[in-house]
Amino acid sequence: MGVLAYLIPIALSLGVIGLAAFLWSMKSGQYDDLEGAAHRILLDDDE
Amino acid sequence: MEAANLSSVDTTCCKTKIECKHCGEPAGENGFCCSGCEAAYHAAAEAHQSTIFSGLAHELEDGEYRLELGAEGIHCASCIRLIENALASENEVTYVRVNMTTERLSFSWKGVRERGDALSAKVSKLGYKLHALGDNDKHGETSETEKNLIRAIAVAGFAAGNLMLVSIGLWSTDAVTMGVATRDLFHWVSALIALPTVIYSGMPFFRSALSVLKEGHTNMDVPISLAVVLASAMSISEVMRSGEHVYFDSAVMLLFFLLIGRYLDARAKGKARTSASRLLSKLAGTAAILEEGKIKRVPIMELHSGMTVVVAVGENIPADGTITKGETEVDMSLISGETLPQHVQEDGQVFAGTLNLSAPFEMVVTKASENSLLSEIVRMMEVAEQGAAKYVRLADRAAKLYTPVVHTFGLFTFLGWWLLMGADWQVALLNAVTVLIITCPCALGLAVPVVQVLASGNLLKAGILLKSGDALERLATVDTIVFDKTGTLTLGKPELLDGDYAPEHLKLAASLAGKSNHPLSQAITRAYDGEIETLDVKELPGKGLQTEWDGKNVQLGSRRWCGDENHGGDAVLELWLAIDGKPEARFAFADQLRRDTVDVIKKLKKLGVDTYLLSGDRQVVADEIGREAGVDHVTAEVNPTEKSAFLKDLQAQGKKVLMVGDGLNDAPALAAADASMSPSTAVDISQNTADIVFQGEKLMPVYEAVSVARYSTKLVAQNFGLAIIYNIIAIPLAIMGYVTPMVAAAAMSGSSLVVILNAFRLNLRSKN
Repeated sequence: MGVLAYLIPIALSLGVIGLAAFLWSMKSGQYDDLEGAAHRILLDDDE
Repeated sequence: MEAANLSSVDTTCCKTKIECKHCGEPAGENGFCCSGCEAAYHAAAEAHQSTIFSGLAHELEDGEYRLELGAEGIHCASCIRLIENALASENEVTYVRVNMTTERLSFSWKGVRERGDALSAKVSKLGYKLHALGDNDKHGETSETEKNLIRAIAVAGFAAGNLMLVSIGLWSTDAVTMGVATRDLFHWVSALIALPTVIYSGMPFFRSALSVLKEGHTNMDVPISLAVVLASAMSISEVMRSGEHVYFDSAVMLLFFLLIGRYLDARAKGKARTSASRLLSKLAGTAAILEEGKIKRVPIMELHSGMTVVVAVGENIPADGTITKGETEVDMSLISGETLPQHVQEDGQVFAGTLNLSAPFEMVVTKASENSLLSEIVRMMEVAEQGAAKYVRLADRAAKLYTPVVHTFGLFTFLGWWLLMGADWQVALLNAVTVLIITCPCALGLAVPVVQVLASGNLLKAGILLKSGDALERLATVDTIVFDKTGTLTLGKPELLDGDYAPEHLKLAASLAGKSNHPLSQAITRAYDGEIETLDVKELPGKGLQTEWDGKNVQLGSRRWCGDENHGGDAVLELWLAIDGKPEARFAFADQLRRDTVDVIKKLKKLGVDTYLLSGDRQVVADEIGREAGVDHVTAEVNPTEKSAFLKDLQAQGKKVLMVGDGLNDAPALAAADASMSPSTAVDISQNTADIVFQGEKLMPVYEAVSVARYSTKLVAQNFGLAIIYNIIAIPLAIMGYVTPMVAAAAMSGSSLVVILNAFRLNLRSKN
């Protein structure tokens, strides 16, 4: 059972990383304009 | 792309006038009778382009200004690029971003505040209509609540997943096999994950429950909060005394499911708010006033009676007043619902919010904008809206019933175990709390939002935008539908009828008509798709269009001006073409029914719905349209107040009324009705008032919306039924103490899934 001592923390921290990544992406406004993002990919960068 | 073409402004028609361009009196070489008129003309011509937005900008830390505006007409990638490049090419601009989803434009610039006006004018010139954002529109409360909910969902989802991981370990074996120490470790880990989650993700529920309790009511959040808090507290005490059962997973899962329901609900409501009142933008601009021979621009809100205002072509009339100089045609459809513009001469009345179509004029303000007819209608509407707000949503009614019942069960369970069965109070409390957890209102919390989201998604695909969350529920109860005529049953614009005119006459007429904003001219332009000749056309208000062609004098206009007075037929919806004073051709028009109107009315009648036509137009016209469409009852010549009174009469007879209308004159009626719909061609205020906005040239959305509403309400009722059946089975088990954490978790997710799956039947229906 000793394996639990590090498996559980590893599992939890992986989850926390995912959660943190999601919260960060939301905070940085990546979900603010879902439609615009889909169209912007059609624009050239060099203009 | 298309937007760029819209940008040309309609002042070209006046180029060849010999009279003063502003007042119509004989003029000098420069085209004006006096310098005052010249100034007025130029000021007014630019009026509707340069609304002052810079006052709205707020200052950033490093001396920059940031302005956020609503922008209409952003459709595609090119629009984004067009706007962003136009602004980014200016040196002072430091930031520009178009948000397509919310139709917003925000940009920053260095230097002086006033620079913002030029920048926003630049965007206006591209053809995008800018408007100031009302308080409701701003990145305020709404999106903040939504973001908070998403964060809470993310945290709860993370915790629920990890708790399940631990819980499965617990369920799959027992303390004897894994050892008490391991079990306790698992319990502690669960507690570590669950407690912060409950505190963070439970906040929306706790807050709402507390505020409701303070006022002495209860709502759904009270039993939810109670169940979650009790489950956590009890589990903690179990962990501390090394007990067998913890309910952390149930508590967190409960939060997770309910937060999803809550988020869907908030989004439905938020959508309604983003399309909030833009009426103010009609009265939020500036007006050109004439003061001591000079033109000055003042905010419309500061107008007061006695002021002289100069109104340009294409501008909204800023206040109610009397024309003192000039004559014009005014699009009154906003007020009266009439298709055709009205010709207004000197001393004639004009009303705020209506559109000046053909010539600039001067007017004296008789009523300032806050006393104008427009504001009056808005006030009337607000009053009516407050009346409609009394509607109690199905879920809230269920909650009212649900809360006391569940709490009584919980209490009896506790007392029963403690007093009758002689159990320890801890055991009794444990069983009572399980009752509260197992009866969790998951199904109730999800039943309504899931159906709503699916239904609104379905309707959206059909071009029907649901604006308020409970619109579907109210729509489902409707047994009477009242239609407005112009723009609702009909397309709202006159169409050219086939007649005895020669093709070359149509061509000539179209060449003239292309220069005019008049609805009849535009109907001719629409009907003709060949080449046109380039002509120098001038528009004579109240008469028609005139030009020189091939050395001849050509007129296109009313019967009185250039037609055959003895000709039969309706003298209102027609245009005459005269060459050298001799009438050559008559073009007749009619406002035609939407193509599927007859069909839709038939289908609605089959649903057992009573249909009414309610119009501000003349009785003859309304009768004619009513007969064609096949509606049951026709009432004509009613003003906005009478419209809303008519609806209240119907409601007093116990009828549930759906109002379908598009004009400002319908707005009070829309607000007074049990449910309301507007076509997307409707004036802003009607679209804002209506619960539902539909697109396209068909009337079918009305039928579609009613039938989807009825079906989805049926599904909601079924979902409640399922929740009740589930509780009938689960509650006795919980009271008897058979519900372990595993059973609770399985039952809870099971019931939620069943409810969601049932809601998905809505999608199956629409495919058939």
